[in-house]
Amino acid sequence: MAISTKEVEYLALLARIQLTPQELERFAGQMDEILAYVEKLKTARTEGVSPTSHVLELSNVFREDKVEPSLPTEKVLANAPDREGPFFKVPQIIDPAG
Amino acid sequence: MSYIPVIGLETHLQLKTVSKIFCGCSTTFGAPPNSQVCPVCLGFPGTLPVLNRQALTFGIRVALALGCGIQPRIVFHRKNYFYPDLPKDFQISQYDLPLGTDGFVEIGKRRIRIGRAHLEEDAGKLLHSAGYSLVDFNRTGVALLEIVTEPDLTSPEEAHLYLKTLRGILEYLEVSDCDMEKGSLRCDTNISLRPAGSAADSLGTKVEIKNLNSFKAVARSLAYEIQRQAQVLDEGGKIQQETRLWDDAAGRTEPMRSKEYAHDYRYFPEPDLVPFAVSPEEVEKVRGNLPELPPQRARRLIEQYGLSEMDARTLTASKGTADYFESCMKAAPASAKTLANWIAGELSSQTNARNLESVAGLPFPPGHLVELVGLIESGKISGKMAKEIFAEALSSGQSPGSIVYSKGLSQVTDPSVLQTAAQEVLKEHPQAAADYRTGKGQALMFLVGQLMRRTQGAASPAISQEILRKLLNDKEKRG
Amino acid sequence: MTEELIRKIESLDPKLHAFAWFDPAFAREQAKGLEKGGISKGPLWGIPVLVKDNICVEGVPTTCASKILKGFRPPYDATAVEKLKKAGAILLGMANMDEFAFGSSCEYSCYGPTRNPWDPTRVPGGSSGGSAAAVAAGLTALALGSDTGGSIRQPAAFCGVVGMKPTYGRVSRYGLIAFASSLDQIGPIARTVEEIALLLQGIAGFDPRDSTSGNLPVPDYQKELEKPVKGLRLGVPKEYFVDGLDPEVKKGIDAALAEFRRLGMSVTEVSLPHTEYAIPTYYVIATAEASSNLARFDGVQYGHRSSQGKSLLEMYTQTREEGFGPEAKRRIILGTFVLSSGYYEAYYGRALKVRTLIKKDFDRVFGSVDCLVTPTSPTPAFPLGEKMEDPLTMYLSDIHTISVNLAGVPALSVPCGFTQGGLPIGMQLIAKPFAEETLLKAAYAYQQATGWHKRQPPS
Repeated sequence: MAISTKEVEYLALLARIQLTPQELERFAGQMDEILAYVEKLKTARTEGVSPTSHVLELSNVFREDKVEPSLPTEKVLANAPDREGPFFKVPQIIDPAG
Repeated sequence: MSYIPVIGLETHLQLKTVSKIFCGCSTTFGAPPNSQVCPVCLGFPGTLPVLNRQALTFGIRVALALGCGIQPRIVFHRKNYFYPDLPKDFQISQYDLPLGTDGFVEIGKRRIRIGRAHLEEDAGKLLHSAGYSLVDFNRTGVALLEIVTEPDLTSPEEAHLYLKTLRGILEYLEVSDCDMEKGSLRCDTNISLRPAGSAADSLGTKVEIKNLNSFKAVARSLAYEIQRQAQVLDEGGKIQQETRLWDDAAGRTEPMRSKEYAHDYRYFPEPDLVPFAVSPEEVEKVRGNLPELPPQRARRLIEQYGLSEMDARTLTASKGTADYFESCMKAAPASAKTLANWIAGELSSQTNARNLESVAGLPFPPGHLVELVGLIESGKISGKMAKEIFAEALSSGQSPGSIVYSKGLSQVTDPSVLQTAAQEVLKEHPQAAADYRTGKGQALMFLVGQLMRRTQGAASPAISQEILRKLLNDKEKRG
Repeated sequence: MTEELIRKIESLDPKLHAFAWFDPAFAREQAKGLEKGGISKGPLWGIPVLVKDNICVEGVPTTCASKILKGFRPPYDATAVEKLKKAGAILLGMANMDEFAFGSSCEYSCYGPTRNPWDPTRVPGGSSGGSAAAVAAGLTALALGSDTGGSIRQPAAFCGVVGMKPTYGRVSRYGLIAFASSLDQIGPIARTVEEIALLLQGIAGFDPRDSTSGNLPVPDYQKELEKPVKGLRLGVPKEYFVDGLDPEVKKGIDAALAEFRRLGMSVTEVSLPHTEYAIPTYYVIATAEASSNLARFDGVQYGHRSSQGKSLLEMYTQTREEGFGPEAKRRIILGTFVLSSGYYEAYYGRALKVRTLIKKDFDRVFGSVDCLVTPTSPTPAFPLGEKMEDPLTMYLSDIHTISVNLAGVPALSVPCGFTQGGLPIGMQLIAKPFAEETLLKAAYAYQQATGWHKRQPPS
């Protein structure tokens, strides 16, 4: 299947990456090549085969409902690119309740 | 043209586990910003979720109470979208294998179908300032159960009733605070209109409404949206499939402004959590621990106390109210009917006026109501007096008995005491006495009133009337 | 010991570039701490270990060789790191890698490429290229790598050292910055099989913080090493010996098989019929998971944030444009595509089903053999720059290692000779789930009988 630069642009928006026009061009070509190779999957006989998303067998791993210490707020914010007091700071969000 | 609204509700319920769904951080409400977070709920690179067993148990408990079937295999999925309150930029949720499916909630005679109930993690909180926003991740990772109805609701009133009924059930389960103000119960709606007379499955374009902070807001926003959509359709327009935000102050919905948030959630199985197998034995164990729920309790109250179906339904709609009633019955078996009338009447209206969850929140414990009803039934006070005493007890916190005692309010029922007073009243009002004798029946009521006044309201109206009538008739015979 | 090593790193690494982060003070401080006592002198006590730059070490820059994580100092240790600290190992620093482990050459690093100690014009393999190169050059005794599609085994082969990808679930992934969560495993890299056993022992085991770690007892690997190998049944999957296999690599494997026979093992040909689907299956599943795992690098809580973004959307898109390298972007876009509505079933859904077929191939074959023998890579180390602009060719070079991750089974690469040009050749051994001891004893017997591991790169 052929991927247009427009489709790459849409995928990049979903993935929140501002690709340059050169990147769009290059990735579209490379995606075509890779997806043409991936087409091979269509020749595998998968009727009646169940999907594997985990290689392990079912194993119910739980934690008990107990409170454990949280991270001190200063450590929480130690890596923050921008902050205000005990909060992380980000550019304004348009829809306050969205 | 007339339309039939087609309404569905999505309710998010915060489960009251002490720790978060995938990590050990506390879930206490109101902690300082970013103080109840750890690398896991912050989604720091390399960290992994581990499911809180209690969250799953609570989820199963709710799903069973809503009549859902429990999936034997529970799988979590990632719902991918970017938002600053979502630290990993995906939410761990459930998709095609939710915890519970195909349940229902009964409202009156109608069954509202529950399509699914699934577990997920809550997002953080955003605070908005001019030009920027601030993020607090304390709420991130709190266990949520999302309960989704089929589009079975047909009016704002029904939606409101559904929510009240649902909250009633949830209260019984004791798995959540169910507090809309604290956000432990939240609701989004979706609504479309179909022309009256069209096939029931011919759905119009759906609009989602968010930012609903109270049951009232749910009903108001739906009423607004019905009107708005009807107008658009009547004018030959088309309904946009969109998400709208309810502006409570302005009383209207507005489309979301950020068009760039067109979503493709790209759900896929969460690789960091293995699937969970829920055995029939486990399900039965949770089912065995389910409390008596509103419909069963109503049935029992009818049988045990002889309540009317109406009274039983009213009392059991809220667990607090039903518990209150039964505490009263246990304290001293009074007339169930009188108690029910008081709870559904005076106490409920005070509860509503004070915006409380149930009558249990009133500063008027069951013992006080038992005392009050006892005073009425023994004839010590009149119904009218009882209302005054109730008001007094609410404001002072005193028990009805002590109010009656300290104010000397006890109703006079001793005929010999009343006899003397009645004779004096007749002496003072010869005209009225004469009127009665000439057949003017209402004159008797005047005289009863005078007798009440003379005794500062303590006279039993029924006995007063009897004594007066007797005196008047005797005189007539003699005279 | 530590001082000697520090001098060696300082003199050799500027050319080799195996380290992503090195601070002598950090190593010295730990050595001093050990001298004070308090940690019992187990087999890892005082042993230097280099950590791949995607395994979190508290307070130490852990960046996945990506600009987007520049300066990120995690406030926690990975479970594997925590275990090593408790055993008294000395963490030397962070090893260079392909950005987010996306690559097979260690060229896609924001710190620049690592070179192969046997030939500095060639790549060390990837993505754990820094770890393997440092071990080969003697800049560390042991190293931790991570393996999602061959990222430990292929650089081990290219650098002439031993590397193991344990069974999925044998080693906790807590603190390993995820590339593809259902495929990733942390594993050991060292010069000898004994050392591999030692390091594996130190990091293996169930971790309540990782739901996908196996709750099984861990054998005593040192004891298992010496167990007899006579009668071990080896299988040679015919699908791994086809076009594109370098004749010198094939010669190396054939000689090794002869050695195994001499050691009393049987060798039979077996078939893994779905091998041809492994690469497309892998690139669909791995990129899908990666696109989601890497979403969190958004400039909100840590790492790089663009100064260009005025709106929220711009903050995201500019930060990620500036922060990610070309291969990371390519894989995120590809992964976003295969999960997107309308394509999910045809790509991701189908890949999960084919994964089942691939896993069943292994289940079946391990019914009749104990261990598979294959080349680790179809070729020896290739020249720097050769495949950088040709992602598909780069992906195809992972042909021999990828199925193992899809099936979740353990595998180990051990040196089995050299090309005429002096480049190491690696042999891969594969066993059934949680049978690492089978790999260890077969490889140990082989190493005892040969001597390839004693050769050292020219310095």
